[in-house]
Amino acid sequence: MYIIIALVALVFLVLTGVVVARLQNVLKSVNKTDSADAAPSGNKINGAMFIVVLIIGAIAITWSYLHSREYFLPAASSIHGRRVDDLFWFSMGILTIPFIIVNFLIFFFSWKYQYKKDHRASFYPDNHRLELIWTIVPAIVMAMLVFTGWKAWSDITSDAPRDAEVIEITGKQFNWIVRYAGVSDNKLGDYNYKLIDPQNEVGIDLSDENSFDDFTNPSEMHIPVNRPVLLKIRARDVLHSVFIPHMRVKMDAVPGLPTKFWFVPDKTTAEMRSETNNPNFDYEIACTEVCGQGHFSMKMRLIVEDEASYKKWCSEQATFLQTYPEYLAKVPESLKAKAMKYIPAEAAAPADSSSTGGAAGSSTSLR
Amino acid sequence: MSAIEGLETAHHHDTEHEHHHEAPNFWQKYIFSEDHKVIAKQYLITGILWAVIGISMSIVFRIQLGFQDANLSWLKPVLGGWISDSGKLDPNFYLALVTMHGTIMVFFVLTAGLSGTFSNFLIPLQIGARDMASGFMNMLSYWFFFLASVIMFASLFIQTGPAAGGWVIYPPLSALPQAHPGSGLGMTLWLASMAFFIVSQLLGGINYITTVINLRTRGMSFDRLPLTIWAFLITAVLGLISFPVLLSSVLLLIFDRHFGTSFYLSDIYINGEALPNVGGSPILFQHLFWFLGHPEVYIVLLPGLGITSEIIATNSRKPIFGYRAMIASMLGIAFLAFIVWAHHMFVTGMNPFLGSVFMFLTLIIAVPSAVKGFNYITTLWRGNIVFTPGMLFSIGLVSLFVSGGLTGIILGNSALDIQLHDTYFVVAHFHLVMGAASAFGLFAGVYHWFPKMFGRMMNNTLGQIHFWLTFVGIYLVFIPMHYVGIAGFPRRYYQFTSYDFTNKFMDMNMFISIAAIFTFVAQFIFLWNFFYSIFKGRKAPQNPWRSNTLEWTAPVNPGHGNWEGELPAVYRWSYDYSKPGAKEDFIPQNIPYSQTLESNFPHENELIATEKAIESQNFNDQFKNAH
Repeated sequence: MYIIIALVALVFLVLTGVVVARLQNVLKSVNKTDSADAAPSGNKINGAMFIVVLIIGAIAITWSYLHSREYFLPAASSIHGRRVDDLFWFSMGILTIPFIIVNFLIFFFSWKYQYKKDHRASFYPDNHRLELIWTIVPAIVMAMLVFTGWKAWSDITSDAPRDAEVIEITGKQFNWIVRYAGVSDNKLGDYNYKLIDPQNEVGIDLSDENSFDDFTNPSEMHIPVNRPVLLKIRARDVLHSVFIPHMRVKMDAVPGLPTKFWFVPDKTTAEMRSETNNPNFDYEIACTEVCGQGHFSMKMRLIVEDEASYKKWCSEQATFLQTYPEYLAKVPESLKAKAMKYIPAEAAAPADSSSTGGAAGSSTSLR
Repeated sequence: MSAIEGLETAHHHDTEHEHHHEAPNFWQKYIFSEDHKVIAKQYLITGILWAVIGISMSIVFRIQLGFQDANLSWLKPVLGGWISDSGKLDPNFYLALVTMHGTIMVFFVLTAGLSGTFSNFLIPLQIGARDMASGFMNMLSYWFFFLASVIMFASLFIQTGPAAGGWVIYPPLSALPQAHPGSGLGMTLWLASMAFFIVSQLLGGINYITTVINLRTRGMSFDRLPLTIWAFLITAVLGLISFPVLLSSVLLLIFDRHFGTSFYLSDIYINGEALPNVGGSPILFQHLFWFLGHPEVYIVLLPGLGITSEIIATNSRKPIFGYRAMIASMLGIAFLAFIVWAHHMFVTGMNPFLGSVFMFLTLIIAVPSAVKGFNYITTLWRGNIVFTPGMLFSIGLVSLFVSGGLTGIILGNSALDIQLHDTYFVVAHFHLVMGAASAFGLFAGVYHWFPKMFGRMMNNTLGQIHFWLTFVGIYLVFIPMHYVGIAGFPRRYYQFTSYDFTNKFMDMNMFISIAAIFTFVAQFIFLWNFFYSIFKGRKAPQNPWRSNTLEWTAPVNPGHGNWEGELPAVYRWSYDYSKPGAKEDFIPQNIPYSQTLESNFPHENELIATEKAIESQNFNDQFKNAH
């Protein structure tokens, strides 16, 4: 922090110096008569300023970059993430070259070719070969960047492998809800937004037998390491966007238009904790599409763990029907027997006899 | 045409036209004026007022972001209830500030303030016309803009606050009043204001295009047009094609909000009830919005590039390098601007194949942009550069345009955009390439054409100081912002303490905020210089920058009609600076080749034969034949 303040102070100091110098110059020139070929006022100083700013700017950018690096995100914890990172830094590296060359030339030429008395500029209106060169060279560089980017993009957005762990994540104002396919059938049940109510937050459709063992979680998502994870992304009210910075994952959640993103996490939370020397490290899921007052705090914890502890965690979760046995009433008669398996014995009897209760909506799917 | 002042005196030769004109009264002259120069000044002053409001808003939210624990009670007199009793900024109002900052700066300052000012001011003066094709439509254009401004300004003061869904107003957030307080009356006013704004832009745009095509003076062929005019023409065409699409998306949103349609709404459960809307798509809005939104970037930027081309050539005392390549690259950029919009939508879940196509098209834009950058640099090369404030801002624009444009190549790459989308990297990118670069175009234009606008000079030294403080300030704000973006900080966050991954870089954010305040304060130098010089500035000579274009052949304070006597004829392009053999280092466009035998090239000597024909043409002087 002190270094930054010092840097700012330095810039201010230099600028103050310049202002003072300029003022003196102005005072001097007041006495001179305005002749036609007198140097335009302040030309020399402004020319010099280009060199000063060029040098200070180069130092400041280099230093500030080196200083900021430690705050950048650690290496990606997913396979595609590291590829994206490599591509990013590769592209940045390539682009730094024209950044330096072009800015250097702008500043240097401004200083070098500043007004000189009795000097005449060159009449140089065009040169087709030059123009051709700087059309073709950027085009080739672009083609290269497009190609590498396109390869990465089409791999990342390709269909998820069949063995991917499918997890549904739903955005609402202002938190995320995850739904798992359950341990018995490993299939996500249908949903319908008209079935949403204060308990059934993601609108699980209980007329679909696949939904009987589904379970939800409003505060954390667990995923297995080294296995493709396919996120099925939905939104309940307005746009949200799933952002997992450490995994380089981002995909909008759109009401009425389910989206998806798959990736392979390959570092567990525990590994990251020891790698970053931070026992409190946690992967986080954030929202990056403005969604209202709580946009800045739609946090969900993400736990990446090995297959065994993931399986164990899943089996420990209470299914939706276990948590809210009264929803058994929504299950069609023909499937009741199946659904009963997922209901704790003591809750089953009263729930079975109760009628539709407070929950609204029809279970026949509208889709 | 009753308001032709100063013209009568010059019409010695056709006295039969010299019936008595009443001097226009105050209202006709300054308020409901049909004179393009007055309308330009109206746009400029309104734009400056909006800029002060828009930038002040950014300072308030920069304070919030840089100093999260600060007590903001001192803002209570201005913001009232939006500051809580404990001195904290209301999170809803934070979003409103971000939204209004974007809306104001993009539309009201950089579209109306920049294009409105300089298209109006320069098109007739540089092509040698008495006025716009339709002075009345031109006046309507300003007053529709004024109406839009009044509505938008009023929305700042309503109880629920102005629109707050981001300047892109994505539904469903903007469509559902129950989703956010800013989506109530504030959004209604936003939409109404934008509808009027679009009407204003279309009235203006049609006028610019018609004027450039039809009212060029004798000899002003398209290949002799200054690049400013090319830029304004292309900008107007862009606006004419894209703004109606924004109007349609706005209208559909109004229908969704008030008449129960479902264009953008589907499967929504909010505030304990499931809405009946099904079948709509929020993504449709984004497609429609960005079909305007992306060309809008170039609507904002191209006038700046045109102004810069003119000023860099004049003050380097050199012809612009690659005049035809400059036009071709502008046309290329304009064409590509229409087919890259979905690069704002890589992660909306649209078909990945579409993403590939848009990535490819987007990166092509880098090629004409690179050509422009290199041509500017070559124009500086071996010049004899005079650092007028206008020139400094033009050079600054090129630097900002290149620095900000390069990161666009990163963001246009869909694979990289996954991580960077909606982070501060994007914010830094577009503020450099579009925000600051266009603002520099605006400053450059004001400094350069101030003598023509007000007949007085702005203070040179203050202008130079203003440039350096602004230029350094802009980089101090936006270079560090890239680092914040690379660290993954999402935009439109009220504070960064909710997450571990953003709970750092406090110093950096504080630094950015300080730099922003510093840059903001520096703008008061400009404000003072501008308003002081209007009244007390040194009287301007007729051609203070020794420039070639036609506006400098008009009187120092041109009346309505611009030139006394006949309109000037044009014999050459506008970039004959430092021509070998010529006595002066500039030859204005209205000097025939027959008078500059010492500096003519062989093919130019052949053109002498055509001069008689040019001279005898007189199609376009509205004032000569009309009455």
